Amino acid sequence: MRVVVAMSGGVDSAVAAARCVRAGHDVVGISLRLARDGTGSCCSLDDFLDARAVADRLGFPHYVFDFTDVFEREVVEPFVAEYLAGRTPNPCARCNEHVKFGLLARRARELGAARLATGHYARIGVDPESGEARLRTAADATKDQTYFLFALTEGQLAETLFPVGELTKAEVRAEAAALGLPVAQKPESMEVCFVPARDTAGFVERRAGLDALRPGAVVDESGREIGRHGGVHRFTVGQRRGLGVATGERRYVQAIDAVSGTVTAVPAGQLGTAGLLARAVTWAGGRQPAPDTPVTVRIRHRNAPVRARVSPLSADAARVCFEDRGPAVTPGQAAVFYQADLVLGGGWIAEAIP
Amino acid sequence: MRIYLDFNAGAPLRPGAREAMLPFLGLAGNASSAHREGARARAAVEEARGHVAALIGARPAEIVFTSGATEANNLALRGVVRPPARLVTTAIEHASVLETARALEADGAPCTVVSVDGEGCVSAADVVAACVPGTALASLGLANGEVGSVAPVAAVAAALRGRGVRLHSDAVQGTGRLPIDVHALGVDLLSLSAHKLGGPAGVGALWVRRDVDLHPQLTGGPQERGRRAGTENVAGLVGFGEAARLARLELAATAAYCATLVDRLAAGIRTRLPDARVNGPSGWPRLPNTLNVTVPGCSGESLVVLLDLAGIAVSAGSACAAGAAEPSHVLLAMGRDRETARSALRVSVGATTTVADVDRLLAVLPEVAAQVRRGAAA
Repeated sequence: MRVVVAMSGGVDSAVAAARCVRAGHDVVGISLRLARDGTGSCCSLDDFLDARAVADRLGFPHYVFDFTDVFEREVVEPFVAEYLAGRTPNPCARCNEHVKFGLLARRARELGAARLATGHYARIGVDPESGEARLRTAADATKDQTYFLFALTEGQLAETLFPVGELTKAEVRAEAAALGLPVAQKPESMEVCFVPARDTAGFVERRAGLDALRPGAVVDESGREIGRHGGVHRFTVGQRRGLGVATGERRYVQAIDAVSGTVTAVPAGQLGTAGLLARAVTWAGGRQPAPDTPVTVRIRHRNAPVRARVSPLSADAARVCFEDRGPAVTPGQAAVFYQADLVLGGGWIAEAIP
Repeated sequence: MRIYLDFNAGAPLRPGAREAMLPFLGLAGNASSAHREGARARAAVEEARGHVAALIGARPAEIVFTSGATEANNLALRGVVRPPARLVTTAIEHASVLETARALEADGAPCTVVSVDGEGCVSAADVVAACVPGTALASLGLANGEVGSVAPVAAVAAALRGRGVRLHSDAVQGTGRLPIDVHALGVDLLSLSAHKLGGPAGVGALWVRRDVDLHPQLTGGPQERGRRAGTENVAGLVGFGEAARLARLELAATAAYCATLVDRLAAGIRTRLPDARVNGPSGWPRLPNTLNVTVPGCSGESLVVLLDLAGIAVSAGSACAAGAAEPSHVLLAMGRDRETARSALRVSVGATTTVADVDRLLAVLPEVAAQVRRGAAA
């Protein structure tokens, strides 16, 4: 069968492609040009050349598609809008949902591919009752990327392969080295790929224009002004740097109100929350769980999942109550619900429950 | 066996040009040197200059060899337009003209970009009207390589005569396909590329009328009469000269032959893909070897990949460094929306294309388009 492999130029997608070749598939490698100005770290010519070198080494055709229009519309514009609205966007999850498993999956079908393979660390299981595909966490828990993939439907998962989901990163590198792939030791990129020099605030300012920014007050937990700031887009919940206040005690951003331009900064001990409300929630297999279903929930990619109970509030909203007083909650990020290694569902954080 | 239908991106090297180049690849000899090796290289370069000049009805001394048409276009624009003088060009020019115009504008030379109609044709009156006082140069491509439209260069030249505006034409896509005589066209500068003629890549030329005050952009040695410094690429220029000589001999026959292939292709596509629409001129004049079609509902990128996997090389849009196809700026300038522009396919043929090549494309394209549509609908 024909398999389209999404190739970033990195080692994970290279090994994913190698495994597809070894499985006897008719592999076509595709790299995506995403960012229009190409000033960020992704889709540089070097990455395309790395992907091409892997394809040449493994003997399959490789092409680069121009996805700048869809990336701009579905990822970059919402990214800017979210920051201006006082939220912290998650562009990787949006990119997976709308770009990689959206338009690229469609392109793969157009090319006659039965599956789209990527180098994500995740696994696809089968629900024993329904026979439907289910998203499962990666074998390498430290690399698991299901947080960015929760929105994939069973239909999308059924057309997807995650060939490195059973491997650790070390195993992936070893396999790449054994195959003589030129990217075996290539460093990973962690930052938001389309933002140059990690300067998110500068990027938002250039894109939105100064008139769109929301400057305002930094206030303490009692609402007293303790400083001024140049725009809510400069902050994320839990942030300490850049507050420009000197109150003696270390303070962290607890809440961002884009309408009034107010940023609330509190001591670390007051950051905790009781839970959160999530919107645009999807459930594995489309089945809503019972109220107060026990889960673990991940609310930022770098945070470990915490124990919680989740209750559907409507067709696409849910309430999450942490079992123990929980971590700082960042509106705009995803909340992904797990039972053991199974992704039960997920949504976008609308607000914290204090 | 691969089928190559992308001659506007680059034609295969002519066997005759290759043969002519081979002796010079292994020879020492700087064309500026006094010894016999140098003299031999000098003679070969000058013979090539004669062939290139003959192709466009010019004198050999007016030919400035360059590293390609991109350099020739840069030399024409930057060598003539000195800020705050003005520049006029059109929206469908090659990137080496448009990006250079943009750079000149940033340096203080205002640039007017004339728009085109829905068939990719520019009006002579629009270009002339854009040449307001203070305009130093108008740059008007002779023929467009994406949709095949031909610009009214001679009419613009006639209208601009005596107005102090120099006229440059990027003739890369027209060379070897349309008869070109610089005096009949009435231009002052004209850019050429070797590899579109079946010469080697990396070689080109700018024809410069004698009375043009051209500022060199590459300074150094006295090569090219002080207009372009740098040791000559002797083998490349010999290949260019031979390709130009052959192209001149074969021009009429090749143009007529390519036109029959494109007619066959257009008729076949009309029958097999009735909803496909041709982008570009509906009648003559147009490039005889170029057909640009939009296949509604089909991504041009997907079509190009599937055709490539089936052994057929065609193109979609304008390729970036990595080969990704952006929507063609020519189709956008013609008023097509981005989706339509992303559904376009360009086929360009040459003297070595066979009827069987065209028929193979006609046999494969409907299957490929049907598969893309099935995938898009699923």
